[in-house]
Amino acid sequence: MPSELIHQFMRIDHLPHIWCAGCGNGIIMRDVAVAIKELMEDPEVRLNREKVVIVSGIGCSSRAAGYMDFNSIHTTHGRAIAFATGIKFANPELEVIVLTGDGDCSAIGGNHLIHAARRNLGLTVVTFNNDIYGMTGGQYSPTTPTGDKATTAPYGNVDRPFDIAKLAAGAGASYTARGSAYHVRETIDLIRQGIKPEGFSLIDVYSVCPTYYGRKNKKGDAVEMLQWQKEHMAPAVRYYSMSEEERKGKLLVGALTHNNYPEYTEEYEKMVQRCQADMKAKAHK
Amino acid sequence: MSRVAGRKKLVIEPAWCKGCGICVAFCPKSALEIVGEKVRLKEDGGCIMCGLCEMRCPDYAIYLENLEE
Repeated sequence: MPSELIHQFMRIDHLPHIWCAGCGNGIIMRDVAVAIKELMEDPEVRLNREKVVIVSGIGCSSRAAGYMDFNSIHTTHGRAIAFATGIKFANPELEVIVLTGDGDCSAIGGNHLIHAARRNLGLTVVTFNNDIYGMTGGQYSPTTPTGDKATTAPYGNVDRPFDIAKLAAGAGASYTARGSAYHVRETIDLIRQGIKPEGFSLIDVYSVCPTYYGRKNKKGDAVEMLQWQKEHMAPAVRYYSMSEEERKGKLLVGALTHNNYPEYTEEYEKMVQRCQADMKAKAHK
Repeated sequence: MSRVAGRKKLVIEPAWCKGCGICVAFCPKSALEIVGEKVRLKEDGGCIMCGLCEMRCPDYAIYLENLEE
């Protein structure tokens, strides 16, 4: 018997999952489940599980939609946000959560990402960011750091990487944050805070891929890769108490932006109401 | 496989364990070990039921269970 949490939120007949030993994706998928559970129990939110929709694209990360026991849809490569846009627009009351990877979200689906962020459409996107295309054999992705190796970058990656959270923030998302597989409690809180607001939320969670990214770059096993996150990433409370010198080479685990931009489906509904009122007024003339 | 303390029980599902060693490495009491690619509690115990293993197990193979009163 698995734990109560897993029993409650996962399709246990599909478990154990297919992810490699030490893959960070399992940790992040659990973070999402805990965040939803906490919002269901939060008296101010009382999230209704029946209104949660999990949408994924293609890639290692995107298997998550099959494992999580919610209304879920596993879509085509890069199009998770496009499908999610349709779902949210058809029924804005739904809590649409997109589980995607760095390649799915920022390469193949890059345009869907920036335009959903620009519109500030009420979706929550959680990226399982492992810096590589794991499922297809370790090709470099838009988040592979410069100089790192991949199947398609045997002499080191020439490209400069995207910071997905900053990309979404720049495009207009109201909430952006960075989490990690190591920083479990902090990441759960960030996902929970991302689901709550009405606008577009993106939580870029650094995963670990010991099988491809780790092996190609001699980063060690899953334990060593998580240890790296522990040493090179700092939760907000600690990060903001550090001096500028201490922050060098450290990445913040926390919210990057949190703005109250107007949410797209609400603005659209306002326009519909306005047009209908105008038409009624004209009909009575 | 399980260990009981207080009102909690540590449960291990060997069939789901892939032997990655994350729980072993981040256990603050070094109470776990990998034997034959599966996690198990060391014989001398030391588990304080903190649940850090459950938080970081990518395979949901180790967890704390609340015992009924």
